[in-house]
Amino acid sequence: MRKGLLFVLALLVVGLALAPCAGAAPKVIKIGINAPLTGDIPKVGEESKYAAQMWLEDLKAAGGINVGGKKIPVEVIIEDNESKAESAVKAATKLIKQDEVLAIVGPQASKQAIPAGGVANENKTPLISPWSTNPDTTKDRPFVFRGCFLDPFQGPVVANFITEEFGFKKAAVLYDVASDYPKGLAEVFKAAWEKLHGAGSVVAYESFTTKDADFSSQLTKIIQAGAEVLFTPQYYNEVPLIVQQAHELGFKGPIVGSDSWGSPETTKLCGAECSGLFFSTHYAAAGATGATKAFIDRFQKAYGYEPADVAALTWDSLRIVQKAIESANLTGDIVKDRQAVRDAMAKIQEFEGITGKMTFTEEGDPIKCAVIVRISDKGEFEFYKSACP
Amino acid sequence: MTFFFQNVVNALQYGSFYALIALGYSMVYSILMLFNFAHGDIFMTGAYIGFGVATGLTVLAAAGTIVLPNWLILVLTILIAMFLTSMLGMLVERLGYRPLRDAPRASAAITGMMIGLILEYGNLLLLGPQRRSFPRLIQTVTYDVGGVILTNKKIMIVAVSMVLMYALHLFISRTRWGLAMRAMAFDHVVVPLMGVPINTIARLTFALGSALAAVAGIFFGLAYPVLDPYMGIVFGWKAFVAAILGGRGSVMGATIAGFMLGFIEIFVAMVFPSTLRDLIAYSIILGILVFRPHGLFGEAYSARLRL
Repeated sequence: MRKGLLFVLALLVVGLALAPCAGAAPKVIKIGINAPLTGDIPKVGEESKYAAQMWLEDLKAAGGINVGGKKIPVEVIIEDNESKAESAVKAATKLIKQDEVLAIVGPQASKQAIPAGGVANENKTPLISPWSTNPDTTKDRPFVFRGCFLDPFQGPVVANFITEEFGFKKAAVLYDVASDYPKGLAEVFKAAWEKLHGAGSVVAYESFTTKDADFSSQLTKIIQAGAEVLFTPQYYNEVPLIVQQAHELGFKGPIVGSDSWGSPETTKLCGAECSGLFFSTHYAAAGATGATKAFIDRFQKAYGYEPADVAALTWDSLRIVQKAIESANLTGDIVKDRQAVRDAMAKIQEFEGITGKMTFTEEGDPIKCAVIVRISDKGEFEFYKSACP
Repeated sequence: MTFFFQNVVNALQYGSFYALIALGYSMVYSILMLFNFAHGDIFMTGAYIGFGVATGLTVLAAAGTIVLPNWLILVLTILIAMFLTSMLGMLVERLGYRPLRDAPRASAAITGMMIGLILEYGNLLLLGPQRRSFPRLIQTVTYDVGGVILTNKKIMIVAVSMVLMYALHLFISRTRWGLAMRAMAFDHVVVPLMGVPINTIARLTFALGSALAAVAGIFFGLAYPVLDPYMGIVFGWKAFVAAILGGRGSVMGATIAGFMLGFIEIFVAMVFPSTLRDLIAYSIILGILVFRPHGLFGEAYSARLRL
C-alpha cells in the first residue's frame, strides 16, 4: 500500500517536472566548441576561441538566437582537445553526452576532426569542422559538415598555379606521414601534378614524422633529384624549419604550401626566410573588403592581431549553425532538435560567409573558391590570385 | 658522391645532439644504476633557458645598455645555460632520486617520467603553448666545398660538441673527481664506505650530464629554431636508445653510438623511402642489440663507467 502511494507520488513529481518542457522550445541553446587550446597548434585553438567569443557577444547583444519569433539565450562550451585525436574524441563525447549541446563546432585539424566527426555522427549530433580539409571528415556522415573546401580541391589548384606561374615540370613533395592533413594533401597534389606533367614528374616524394626537426636527409634527396619547386603542406611549426634547412642546403626554387601555412605564427617563426613564398588558402586578410574587413578589424581591435583563416572559418561555421537553428523547428527534445538542425543545415543555399559564398553538397562539403597568397617582404599575407573550381 | 658527403655532413650535425644527450643518460646510469628518464626534458629546459638568456641579452644589446657582439651573446648564453641547467639537474637528483636511492628501480624510473611531465607542463604554464623562435645569433654563412654545402653553424655545432666530449673524457680520466666517479661506478656499495661522498658524486654526475644537455638544447635551437615544450620527449627516447646501443655506462660508447644513430637515421632516409626511416633505422639497431645485447662497449653484468 505504502509502496503504491510512493509510486504514484513519484509519477506525479516526474510528470510535473516534465510538463513545462513538452512541446516548448528549449530554454537555452548550448553550442560546443572542440578546439586545440594546447598541444601542437595552440594558436589555432586561441583564434577559434576568440571567434566564438565574438559570436557570443553578438548574440548576447541581440538577446539570443531568434527561433520562431522567440529569443533563446545561447551558451558556448569550449573543450580543449590538446591537438590529439583521442582527446578530441573525449571532448566530443563529453559535449554530446554530458553537456547535451545542440551542435558542435570543431575540431579544426583533420587529425582530430576525423575521429571526433565519427563520434558526432554515431550520436546523431550535428558537427561542423571549420578548418578540416580531409575528405574523410564528412564522408558518409550525414551529421558532419565543414566550413572550408577539401584537400582534393587544393591539390589541383596549387598544381595549376605553379604550372601557370612558373612553367615548372619537376616538383618535389615533403610531408608528415603521421598526420592526416599533410598526407592527404600530398597524395592529391602528386596525382594532380602527374596528371599535368606525366608519370614521374614528381621527382621526389619524401616524408617525415611528427616532431621531427631535421629534414636534411630528405631535402638533400630533393635537391639531388633536381626538383624545381617544393610543395610542403605542413603546419606553422614545421614550415620555418623546412624552409630554413632547404635554403641552407642550397635549394633555390620556390617553396609552396597550403592553407595550413596561414597563421601569423608562420612569419613570426620564419622571419625573412619565408618572404616571397606562396600558399593556397581560404581568405587573405590583406586586401579584404566588406563583411570580411569588418570582421578582421573587429578581431584586431579586440585581440590585438590579425585573424588567420581559422578564425574567419570558425566565425562562418558558427553563423551557419546559427542560421540552421533559426530555420529549424525546435521542440525542446534534444534528440529531435539535433535532427532538425542537421536537416536545416543540409538545406542551406548560397550562404554569404566572410570566406566566400557557400552551398552545401550531399556530403556536407561547401562549394567555394580558394585564394593564392604571397608572403610579402614585410611578412604579410597578400592576396595574389583567386582560384575557383 | 657529393650527395653522399652532403649526408655525412647532415649526419654529423644530427649525431652531435644524440651524443651530447646520450652521455647524460650513460653517466648517471654508471653511478646510480638508474636511467634518468627526465633527461630529455632537461634537454628541453636547457634549450628554453638558453632561449631566455639569449633573448634577454639580445634585447639588452639592442637597447644599448651593454655592448655585446652576437658571438659573445652566444658564448654567454651557453655558459649561463650550462650553469643554470646543471643546477636544475642537481635539484632533480636531490628531490627526485636521492630519497629513492634504496627503493626498487621501477620507482626511480617512474619518478623520472613524472619529473619530465612536471618540466613539460611547468613550461607550458610559465610560457604558454606558443612555439618560441630561438634568436638567430649567428648570421648563417654558407660554404660550397666541391658541391657539399656547409654552414658556419654546422661546423660550429659539430666542432664544439666534439671538444666538449673530449673535455669530459679528460675530466673523467685525469682528475680526482673523475677518479671518484669511476670508483663509484665500479662499486657503489663499498666505495662510499671508503670515504668517497656518494651524494657529491651523484650531484656532480647530474650536473655534468645536464650541462651537456643544455649545450645540446642551445645548438638544437640554433639549428632548428622552433622550440616547443614537448621537443625533448622523442629526442630523449632516441638518445636513450643511443645510450643503450653504446653500452650502459660507457662514455666512449655513448658518444660513438650517438653519432652512429645520426648516421643510421640519415642514411636510411637516403637509401630507402623516407616514410620507412624510423622503422628501418630502429630495426637495424635492434639487430645490433641482438648480437651485442650489452651494447657496443658494454660488458655483461657490469655498468662500470668506462672510457
